[in-house]
Amino acid sequence: MSLIKHPKSLLVIIAEANLEKLLIKDIKKLGAVGYTVFDVRGGGHSGVREGTWEADRTIRIEVIADELVADKIAQYVLEQYGKDFGMTLYFSTVSVLRPQKF
Amino acid sequence: MVFDVVILFFILGIFARLVGSDLRLPEALYETLSIYLLLAIGLKGGIELSQQPLASLAPEILAAAVMSFTIPLLLYPIFRFAKFNWADSASIGAHFGSVSVVTFAVALAALAKQGISYESHAPLWVAVMEAPGLVAGVLLARAAQRRAEATQFVSKGVILGSEPIKRTEVLGTATVALSSAKQGGWKTIAHDVIFGKSVLLLLGGLFIGAIAGVEGTAPIKVLFIDPFKGVLALFLLELGLVAGGRLAEVKKYGFKILLLGIAVPLCLAVIGMLTGHLLGLSAGGVAIFTTLAASASYIAAPTAMRIAIPQANAGLSITLSLGIVFPFNVVIGIPIYIQMGLWITS
Repeated sequence: MSLIKHPKSLLVIIAEANLEKLLIKDIKKLGAVGYTVFDVRGGGHSGVREGTWEADRTIRIEVIADELVADKIAQYVLEQYGKDFGMTLYFSTVSVLRPQKF
Repeated sequence: MVFDVVILFFILGIFARLVGSDLRLPEALYETLSIYLLLAIGLKGGIELSQQPLASLAPEILAAAVMSFTIPLLLYPIFRFAKFNWADSASIGAHFGSVSVVTFAVALAALAKQGISYESHAPLWVAVMEAPGLVAGVLLARAAQRRAEATQFVSKGVILGSEPIKRTEVLGTATVALSSAKQGGWKTIAHDVIFGKSVLLLLGGLFIGAIAGVEGTAPIKVLFIDPFKGVLALFLLELGLVAGGRLAEVKKYGFKILLLGIAVPLCLAVIGMLTGHLLGLSAGGVAIFTTLAASASYIAAPTAMRIAIPQANAGLSITLSLGIVFPFNVVIGIPIYIQMGLWITS
């Protein structure tokens, strides 16, 4: 028996941990059902963030949603925080088994 | 020995960082140690509070709050004069208005080592001084932002000259900026500061200590009171690693920031000393008030300011508070502040 798979958008947001509460609020408000948050560390345009203490933490939020919803979230997040906060956003297409969950 | 033993751990941390050692404390340990320190400081103060009346503390609490609120207002014009923009001036002021609990803990350890007594409810001052400075910083930033937007609107109108003023365009920009500020509105900031771990654990510890008293806390004394200094040493090792990482940034921001990072705490120390003396505190109490005035927050303030004043350069204020002010205070400042306390009360 082959599994029936459904395409969805995976939006990944890497941002300062300070923004976690605000981002989650925005993500839910804009129509995503769920999200996953990871603590991460790394470096980029905004310098190196090692996550060694409160103000130095970075998070990676993954959201699986319909393409339209993922686009809306990315656009909103970029407009709201892109200017003042270090941030990376990217998309990919993933396959899910239960599309109603997203 | 010139330095208290805990300071040597801090210096070891800085050294490890500067020589590129792979030493790194697990993040979970850092969290655990900071929770322990906050609770232990609160508990210790609470146990002492259980043995004295509360009403007499009102003037001290009020003075601590007013001092914390006033510091950013005093510093704002100085930072503006030093050519920092409005957002950075407000944000750095808020870092100085709020306090550093670890600097406070090092001051307590230094006083204990020298056998100088102090008001045992001092942790209450710390808890009170965490928030007002942040509120003042946000108020300054909001006022400056409104002024900046008004100027932007007028200048754009002049530049456009005969062309119709694109009011919606200008207002559109302002609306985006303000709505982003609204994201970190008062409710969020108040919630994050009051119920953030620093104030919650300090006040929680004070409360538990005050209710349980000496007898009630006896079973946990072996965990929360006796090993305090050892845990502080370990925490300072970690902070040395973090502060050491910031030292390279000091070069990036130039000599001006180094000068401010040393001169501002010393000036604020005088305000703290005078306030403590006016309140009639003991020599140790004045030394603590002096230390609190001179200290800059590097936990509550960076987090709160990042959301409340996103335009401010977080790297600049963190480098100042954690890379310069904190090491200066724990290594050089505190012995001076203790001498100031002894001098004015003698």
